[in-house]
Amino acid sequence: MKIPRRDFLKLSAGGGLLLATVGPTAALASTEKKALPPEAVGILYDSTLCVGCQACMSACKVANKMPIETDDTYKRSDTPQDLSAKTLNIIKRYQDGNGTAKDQEKDGYAFIKRQCMHCLDPSCVSACPVSALRKDAKNGIVSYNKDACIGCRYCQIACPFNIPKFQWESTTPEIVKCQLCNHLLKEGKYAACCTACPTGASLYGPMEMLIAEAKRRLRLEPGVYADFPLNRIGTDSPPRTTSHKVGQYIQHIYGENEVGGTQNLMLAGVSFSKLGLPDLPDEAFVRLADGIQYAIYKGMAYPLALLGALIYMIRKGENNGEQIDKG
Amino acid sequence: MEQKHPLGGRVLNGPFVFFLALVALGAYFTVQRFTYGLGAVTNMNDGYPWGIWIALDVVVGTALACGGYSMALLAYAFNRGEYHPLVRPALLTSLFGYSLAGVSVIIDIGRYWQAYNIILPWHSNLHSVMFEVALCIGTYCLVVWIEFAPAVLEKLKAERLLKRLNRVLLVFIALGILLPTMHQSSLGTMMLMAGYKLSPLWRTAFLPLLFLLTALIIGFAVVMYESLYSSVAFRLPKETPVLSKLATVTFWCLLLFMVIRIEDVNLRGVLPLAFDGSFVSNMFLLENSFLLGGLFLLMYPGNRKCPKLLFLAATCLLIGGGLYRFNTYITGFDPGNGWQYFPSAGELCITFAIVAVEILGYLWCVKRLPIFSAHTPQTTSV
Repeated sequence: MKIPRRDFLKLSAGGGLLLATVGPTAALASTEKKALPPEAVGILYDSTLCVGCQACMSACKVANKMPIETDDTYKRSDTPQDLSAKTLNIIKRYQDGNGTAKDQEKDGYAFIKRQCMHCLDPSCVSACPVSALRKDAKNGIVSYNKDACIGCRYCQIACPFNIPKFQWESTTPEIVKCQLCNHLLKEGKYAACCTACPTGASLYGPMEMLIAEAKRRLRLEPGVYADFPLNRIGTDSPPRTTSHKVGQYIQHIYGENEVGGTQNLMLAGVSFSKLGLPDLPDEAFVRLADGIQYAIYKGMAYPLALLGALIYMIRKGENNGEQIDKG
Repeated sequence: MEQKHPLGGRVLNGPFVFFLALVALGAYFTVQRFTYGLGAVTNMNDGYPWGIWIALDVVVGTALACGGYSMALLAYAFNRGEYHPLVRPALLTSLFGYSLAGVSVIIDIGRYWQAYNIILPWHSNLHSVMFEVALCIGTYCLVVWIEFAPAVLEKLKAERLLKRLNRVLLVFIALGILLPTMHQSSLGTMMLMAGYKLSPLWRTAFLPLLFLLTALIIGFAVVMYESLYSSVAFRLPKETPVLSKLATVTFWCLLLFMVIRIEDVNLRGVLPLAFDGSFVSNMFLLENSFLLGGLFLLMYPGNRKCPKLLFLAATCLLIGGGLYRFNTYITGFDPGNGWQYFPSAGELCITFAIVAVEILGYLWCVKRLPIFSAHTPQTTSV
């Protein structure tokens, strides 16, 4: 049977039409931006205040009982190259040219702190088939439950920030990531990195106050001296403050809207992409997958309907006298 | 109904022992994996948490096992009686393919002793694509065993059990068409989650449809391949007439796939990326070259009647389709920051061992169970 040109063109047109209709429809099935949990806490990291002392990394290791990572035989210092199963929080340094001017993109240097962003719409939470990663309904902390985890590592694929790390060297491996020191909350303590930060670069507090503080800083005039709160805001007593020269901020709060918003906000004097923070849309990628799943499955209604149709078609074939070879 | 016979002949021969050796080698590395952890045996890392065990064994492997699905669709749903002789051998391949994909998953996941968590309602995350894939594949494994049971029951001459099974088989056949439709498309949806980490050459909202189409196309190709190979290896008469009909169906599915695939890449404006000479782009070109090769071979009715060209076309589709799925999971995936991945010897040996188990199982079954309908030969070469 030679394929007539007509049919060929029909199929090609059909395929093209399918493209035009299904594609956009699937994309439209997205949800609105997630709201902040009622007692959401987070971190505001200000790269212009950070001096790269790594006190936050040290405090994090102690608080989470993590070993140091180093190539040094005598294990004199902790020098991880990236987040890992032993490093939940890391300071990295950006440098360009002669690297002499702080927070300057050209011929300058800057610091960035990388840890779990505690997204409002966490991709890892959506991805995990056994709900091992959960977002706390009150404070919004994304935590990990090793008793649920099957070690499939889909969270690692899904996270747009590449945060979850895996204990490859273990026979009982777990996923490892910052959990905002939620294990210290019952002792009245808070994120160890913010507790240790001497300059105010890492600030802990309720999200609304952190967002307000970030916006305040963006309005400050560069070059003048201003007061910046240390360690934590939002408690009954006013925070200690320190005085810094205001830097030339990039007028953007990273994490305010990226992938639906995060509880780990960043301010910097150097563009965020140079600091390794990916350029992300306002909607989490999981929303598109969710949208397609919803459109295709509509809560299992479509699959059940299809099953019914299949049973009907197969039975019709049987009844038409066909000796069905049931093998 | 055509009578089916075991092929008979010696099971333990040269090729059989070779595959046994592969299994032994894989078993060694599997013991290492469970004794010392994943890091000791694999090259998977935090940048590439999924390696060939997922990309090849599961994603490509289940597509290769879609012979049962694609033939059930044609023979039962579309009621094409002429395809019935191809169903049982296809189900056998499906049986092994899916069951061993399950074995690959258990070897791959880090906390395998808690794998049952996935069916516990208080852990189930209905929003997770992977949850749906895992459950569908698990259920389908059971369904395929039940669809295949008549072959075993016939051998055991369990007439009454066979009769009872035949009454409910209808539902399982329907499930055997529904479930792969669901999870094969979801395997595509899974990589949509990767977002910008997946290259634009593969990242599209059409991933579910394209994965479903490749599952069908690879399923058809595997049936053609396996039928032609078996007729030569076991000296059976060739099933060319029904295969050329199958080839026509395959052609149309493949054409639909290629139109959507290429036009989607073109409409999103990323086709120029395919020609920038990088490894990733070259893999894109390679995958499509094989698929287009298969397409042009199958386009001509004369070719579809020629066993040699059918075999060549099927091979092109198996490689091209397999590459498409593999590329979506590994080649096109780049988490940034200079992460790299290449499978370790251990990973490769375990993968080869799993394929070897499938081949061994297939060889034993066709010689000892009633799978093939054609006349049994005097001797077999395999």
